[in-house]
Amino acid sequence: MSRGFDPVSTNGKRLTPRERVQLLVVGAGPAGCAAALEAARLGLEVALVDEHPLDPALMGLEVPFHFGGRMTGAVRNRNSMTEAILANDPALGEAFEAGVDVRLGVAVWSLVAPRPGVAWVGRRAAALTDGAESWFCGFDAAILATGRRDVGVAFPGWNLPGVMGATAAHHLLRRYDALEGRTFVILGSGAEATALAEALRSAGRRVAAIVEAAREAIDSAGCARLAASGVEILAGAMIRRALGRDGVEGASIVRLDHAQSETTIACDTIVLATGAAPAIELFDIAGAAIVFRSESGGHVPLVDGDGRTTEPMLFGAGDCIGIKADPPDAAVAEGVRAARAAATALAAGPDADWTKPVAETRPAEQAPSSRLLWARAARSVAEADTHVCQCEEVSLDDLLGVKPPRYLRRDQPTQRARDLVSLAKEGRINQDQVKRLTRAGMGPCQGRRCREQVGAALAEATGVALSAIPLPSYRAPVRPLPLAAFADESEQPAIAEHWDTWFGIESQWIPFWEPLPPIDEDRLQ
Amino acid sequence: MSDVAASKGASIVVVGAGVTGLSTAWWLARSGVDVLVIDKGVVGWEASGRNGGGCTHHQSPLFAEEQRLWPMMDELLGYPTEFQPRRLRIALTDEQLETMKRGVDSARAQGFPAEWLDRAQVREMAPLTGDNVVGGAYFACGGHANPQRTVQAFAWAVRDLGGRILQNVAVTGFTLAGGKVKAVETDTGNYACEQVVVAAGPQTGVLSAILGAEVPVAPARAEMIVTEPLPLMPMGGIDGNGLYGRQTLRGNLAYGGGPHEWLPAGGTGSEALKSSSPIARNIAKRLAELFPKAAHARVIRTWAGIVENTPDGRPVIDRLPGVDNATVATMSSVGFGLSPASGRATAEIVTEGRCSFADLSTFRLSRFGNLAPGWRERKGWLPPESATAHVHAA
Repeated sequence: MSRGFDPVSTNGKRLTPRERVQLLVVGAGPAGCAAALEAARLGLEVALVDEHPLDPALMGLEVPFHFGGRMTGAVRNRNSMTEAILANDPALGEAFEAGVDVRLGVAVWSLVAPRPGVAWVGRRAAALTDGAESWFCGFDAAILATGRRDVGVAFPGWNLPGVMGATAAHHLLRRYDALEGRTFVILGSGAEATALAEALRSAGRRVAAIVEAAREAIDSAGCARLAASGVEILAGAMIRRALGRDGVEGASIVRLDHAQSETTIACDTIVLATGAAPAIELFDIAGAAIVFRSESGGHVPLVDGDGRTTEPMLFGAGDCIGIKADPPDAAVAEGVRAARAAATALAAGPDADWTKPVAETRPAEQAPSSRLLWARAARSVAEADTHVCQCEEVSLDDLLGVKPPRYLRRDQPTQRARDLVSLAKEGRINQDQVKRLTRAGMGPCQGRRCREQVGAALAEATGVALSAIPLPSYRAPVRPLPLAAFADESEQPAIAEHWDTWFGIESQWIPFWEPLPPIDEDRLQ
Repeated sequence: MSDVAASKGASIVVVGAGVTGLSTAWWLARSGVDVLVIDKGVVGWEASGRNGGGCTHHQSPLFAEEQRLWPMMDELLGYPTEFQPRRLRIALTDEQLETMKRGVDSARAQGFPAEWLDRAQVREMAPLTGDNVVGGAYFACGGHANPQRTVQAFAWAVRDLGGRILQNVAVTGFTLAGGKVKAVETDTGNYACEQVVVAAGPQTGVLSAILGAEVPVAPARAEMIVTEPLPLMPMGGIDGNGLYGRQTLRGNLAYGGGPHEWLPAGGTGSEALKSSSPIARNIAKRLAELFPKAAHARVIRTWAGIVENTPDGRPVIDRLPGVDNATVATMSSVGFGLSPASGRATAEIVTEGRCSFADLSTFRLSRFGNLAPGWRERKGWLPPESATAHVHAA
């Protein structure tokens, strides 16, 4: 039988990465550095990429953390930020000394591997960017140590500059030396909150108060120490409103058991230390199985004891496979184990069997209890214009009513009769479907601040366990990139020569009433 | 089949809750028919909810009816579709300008005004364009809508009329007796029916084969990208430079184009939608050329859809031969924009045996009657691995 060739399709094209490495480690936190160092010791050729120092424009979009505009002007100087990051982390120097190809200011925004739909790529590769351009880097194995990000908690005024996440504060303070803000109120009283408070105080900042929704402080010892040095500890309380016009000037605090109570505390920065979520975007994009594990902080890749995912040659280590408390010993140990497992897998070769981790059967799970507590506290102070999704200005009411955005008609009686509960009755509740209808999570921050809040609202409104709601999908690029930096400026001739808007089937576009030659199979070859 | 299972059936069962199946169900429900839609996933989850939202296919006999209906759809459905009229096509090269001629001629021939624009006129309508514009064509017809909103609007409107939609239920076969489909078999039981409509997108070929008919379709994956919101241009329906797409009412630029990847028959389900194709970068390159003043705009998402094509790229809306009560509807990868009309046409073919408002003779299945087996191989419409192996062997 004669065989044809469709030049308009991906056939005849192949991804040609600009570079290749044996082992790619993504993220230079404790787990990533430990993994890179161990792999180098084992004789592997290792590249360790870390997106810091970030493009300040990304920080302005609240990517990858909730920076709340509290970075100083220093972040605009890339060289001095690189120096600060190197100076603040001896592990990076160690990795460099060990022969690791350390690259700062380089982010991974996608992973590809040949699979149905993208079989043409032919090999595993990571999509990299330095902010100015993008390229692909082929790899034989990869360890993702992408860390964590903050979980948002909406309250009136949380959209003001000066409201930020604890992970953002930690990075700006400890890695960049570029945290603006003199007087802080911290929401949350766990170990992460008290550690941040201590670090802030050591750096000469004032911590005015710690506000905790639970009846008692979570890290009681840490809070006691802070109280002794003048930090107000307010348990059973919530921020009713961030005060200020162009930025945070204070926080109005309400006692949760006494709605009439109100205390105002002057501050220029409010830090949300109310919980962190594993940064799993790249695992999901790579096609690795994701499971819900309340004790790990939410959705995490399914891994075995060595960090092996279900996707061949892809490993995970550190907070991204489960949030860990300080000090980072556990993350370091995971990094080392993943590096050793990667070395073994690389020695076995790409065609060796890949033993996929298997998920144990577990009962349905809700979000970590502390997260549910914060969600309830947030609901108790929410006002009509409190936007859960700041990018797309979606309020809790909009979400519960599955309402279209304000620039569309939302007053038709049929539309008004629909809500989350009726949607759930139509079939399994799906956060991506709710995203499409309400736009919650569709903005430039890529859902980083609202994803968990929306999930919690869905679970609460419909009575479905969070673990039973399908994971809302992640999409490349996992860092928003300018068209000019994202574009392929050196595209292969085979793509340019045969580019077609659609399938290049001529008879599809000829007016159907005009004569068309009969289908001539030979002509099409 | 048990009585209990039979009682779950409907007069007409539509297989597939894409935009074509949902529109068909909606038109049927409007005329009082008891209709049930069954889908293996969520409504509009594949190509119907992932496309460019274009509604400007003036080569189709369904276009005139589509144009009549779109401006009324929000009102008729009871939910916003985000429909916006008008279309602008922009050329950055003389060659691109030349290929636009056919569209202008065909629109004019149907009485839809279309005019050629120079660079300054294009800039006025599309301020994000640059000095590289060679010319453009403006169509007072056509337009665009939000695919995700529209499929949900159809689905909710079907329910509002008493129709039923079963999501996450996979059709596995059909119960046949006396040359008729008696029931649709699924993984949760059988659903009795008097008539069945197969509007299952990439699965149309596989399901039709169970009914003894060959509906030749080849599934493929295609990419799109979307940017952060930008200030609204005077009109959002703008194609050009090898791309199709729109500026949404929110301000995002949502565009697609370029190489598709052929998939095995029947598709591979959501598996083939999972990862991101590097083709997104080639789309970005062309989008930055089309709108140089948006080159700074950030790409915030990419995604893919799975569509099916017939050998001539044209729809099949027809009764299936071999059984008395089955109708097939595939729009061959150009379905969203025409959906208000395609559903009406399909509903009429189911209930009346013919379409009252358009000549659909070009949609007949019989045109593929002499199609020899192996047509995908002959066209090279195959997934890369097998195709590449062939190229190397040749």
